[in-house]
Amino acid sequence: MDLAFTEDEEDFRHRLRAWLADALPKLPDPPHPADWPGRRAYDCGWQRMLHDAGYAGLHWPEDAGGRGVTPTQHLIFLEETERAGAPYVGAGFVGLLHAGPTIAAEGTPEQRARWLPPILRGDEVWCQGFSEPDAGSDLASLRTRAVRDGDAYVISGSKIWTSHAEIADWCELLVRTAPLNADTPKHRGITWLAMPMDAPGVTVRPLRTLAGTAEFAEVFLDEVRVPVTNRVGAENDGWRVTMVTLSFERGTAFVGEVVACRRVLEALARTAKAGGRWDDAVLRRRLGRLAAECAALWRLTQWNVSEAQRTGGVPGVGGSVFKLRFSQVRQELYEAAAEVLGPDALDAGQEWVADRLSSLSYTIAAGTSQIQRNIVAERILGLPKGR
Amino acid sequence: MDFQLTDDQRALKAGMRELLERRFPRSRLRAAVDGEAERGAEVDRELWRELGAAGLFALRVPESAGGVGLGLPEAVLAFEEAGRALLPGPLAATELTAHLSAAGRLADGDAAAGSLVAGAVRGETVVTALDQGGALVEHLASADAVLALGATAVEVIPAGAVARSAESIRSVDPATPLHRPAPYRTAPHGAAPQREAPQRGAPHGAAPQREAPQRGAPHGTAPTRVAPQRTAVAGTGASGEATTGVAASGPAARLRREAALLTAAQQLGSASRTVELAVEHAKRRTQFGRPIGAFQAVQHLCAGMLVRAESARSVVYAAAVTEEPGDIAAAKLLADEAAVRNARDCLQVHGGMGFTWESDVHLHLKRAWVRAGQWQCAAEAEEELAAGLLSTVGACL
Repeated sequence: MDLAFTEDEEDFRHRLRAWLADALPKLPDPPHPADWPGRRAYDCGWQRMLHDAGYAGLHWPEDAGGRGVTPTQHLIFLEETERAGAPYVGAGFVGLLHAGPTIAAEGTPEQRARWLPPILRGDEVWCQGFSEPDAGSDLASLRTRAVRDGDAYVISGSKIWTSHAEIADWCELLVRTAPLNADTPKHRGITWLAMPMDAPGVTVRPLRTLAGTAEFAEVFLDEVRVPVTNRVGAENDGWRVTMVTLSFERGTAFVGEVVACRRVLEALARTAKAGGRWDDAVLRRRLGRLAAECAALWRLTQWNVSEAQRTGGVPGVGGSVFKLRFSQVRQELYEAAAEVLGPDALDAGQEWVADRLSSLSYTIAAGTSQIQRNIVAERILGLPKGR
Repeated sequence: MDFQLTDDQRALKAGMRELLERRFPRSRLRAAVDGEAERGAEVDRELWRELGAAGLFALRVPESAGGVGLGLPEAVLAFEEAGRALLPGPLAATELTAHLSAAGRLADGDAAAGSLVAGAVRGETVVTALDQGGALVEHLASADAVLALGATAVEVIPAGAVARSAESIRSVDPATPLHRPAPYRTAPHGAAPQREAPQRGAPHGAAPQREAPQRGAPHGTAPTRVAPQRTAVAGTGASGEATTGVAASGPAARLRREAALLTAAQQLGSASRTVELAVEHAKRRTQFGRPIGAFQAVQHLCAGMLVRAESARSVVYAAAVTEEPGDIAAAKLLADEAAVRNARDCLQVHGGMGFTWESDVHLHLKRAWVRAGQWQCAAEAEEELAAGLLSTVGACL
């Protein structure tokens, strides 16, 4: 049980801090949230700065163009960039955290050479075409069909919850290449493809969320032709290929968010103090409890990262446990924010009100809390398969 | 950074678990709670000495003083195992006294008082605690000595002196006898903490000669007290309200934090154990033709229990490493919650059996209630954490 950082780790942190202090003032003003081309340019510009400074793909293996840093160094990177107020990964999310690592692990040398460098440089943006209207939590039941026609797949179907679809160059797409039937498990017969978003037959329709913004899109595919050479891994092996990405998850997925939680909580306390609400013991204790929850999230993160550092891979128990607690705490945080705000909690122009609305997705996105509890119950606690 | 347990720490934890399984098996626990209430709840001296010989009270004592020479993380791991086994007895107070005594932090009293604490390291002395906060005193009838904490000062007094004026209550936890120390029955809330410590029979306005409880120092035994490191009573806890009169620094404050952490460690052990008990039962118990653990309603209760236990684990272990007051407050708060709520959910998973005396579940719940009321209770922890939000802007999580 050692929470002290090594000399190398401290050195890494100090060099990063120095670079951030120099680099961040050079950033342009952030774009309006509805300005998608502007957001793409901003996010990609930041990625390019990271790349040129040697901070791109820190957690990627070196033979994929990454830096191959330890999970602890990655933790430090995410902590320091968040503290310094650096931009979020934004449009680079899918490329850097999902598609890229998948290609790095499963792609051919040609595929790696084609797709990985532009992701690291911030030249190309990826989106994710996994979920479908009828395949959400039950992802493996997806129905978007791909039929082989010569040297191409012809794809028809629809995808949903696709972030950054409007501005993406590529889509990591899961398609069904063998029909769903009772004899074979449904996760067989799925294939992973890299689909160019400008291919004929691709239609993007933005989805307006309850927050009023268009963070997601539906993607309709009408006989879209994708070259067979864009397939990563074997035909019908796409489920396994996708799961490989998980081995890149080293407990660091929410580092920035946890740092942000603490910052919001401190701001809430200061606001309550300034507005006279701090005399309310119920509110004060509520914020105190949230401080304990934030501390637990931070320590759980350090625990999971340390575990990943030891095992070199998937944090076993940690991921779902963390996600369950985190998503709940994040929502409780903004409930407390509403109490601090009082009547202003109905002013959608307030930052915390917008964040309160966004936080409603936390117990749904990336595996609902119910699915996470199923995972914990069956895979960690060893309870019988649920009904 | 490597937050995971070292091989030595894992071995220590496993060794402690094995020792307790051997020396304090379930049959011993059941004998204590199923037999005569009075006899069963006494501290088992033989077991206490055995735990002492195994080093439970000497983990933090330097090797030069006959201890094991380890730190708070190791003590926390051992106490977690004790909590898992529902080991009864004033473990934290005895460990703290052993540590104080060996560190030479108890000033020389007379020989009798000195001998009171000297045996704590080896488990020859049972020491319970009396905190000025108003908590009940556990295992007073079995104790030789009492570690008494005033606002800032600390002293060890013979147990008989406290016992004479304390009132035995019928403890909700059959394995933890409890006494209500007299001053706290009568002092109005908020009044007592203004004084340094309970002053039996001292006339109002009479300046106390000493800081910690005086029970007339019978038999000529002067209390053994912490070497004077007087710190002005800051009188400010988190908000300046809930913890009035308790100093944030000084020997008593430090002991309170260590006691809170060692108590949190036991809560963690219990919280993890009730997850196991619930899961074992859910796998075994069949209804509607399948194990109840195959129903999501039950699965999700169990999953929530694991999340609580693991969240508590992360802060308890971190607090053992950092020893920061904020970390310790978070540890106590979340470990208390994990222990109590996991025991509740475990009881629910057990259905009707969970409501019986025969089941062990209620023992976990009742002990968790006892511990949640000891040292830093939820209100104090939350106030301390809230104050930390205003004072540590931009600081580490």
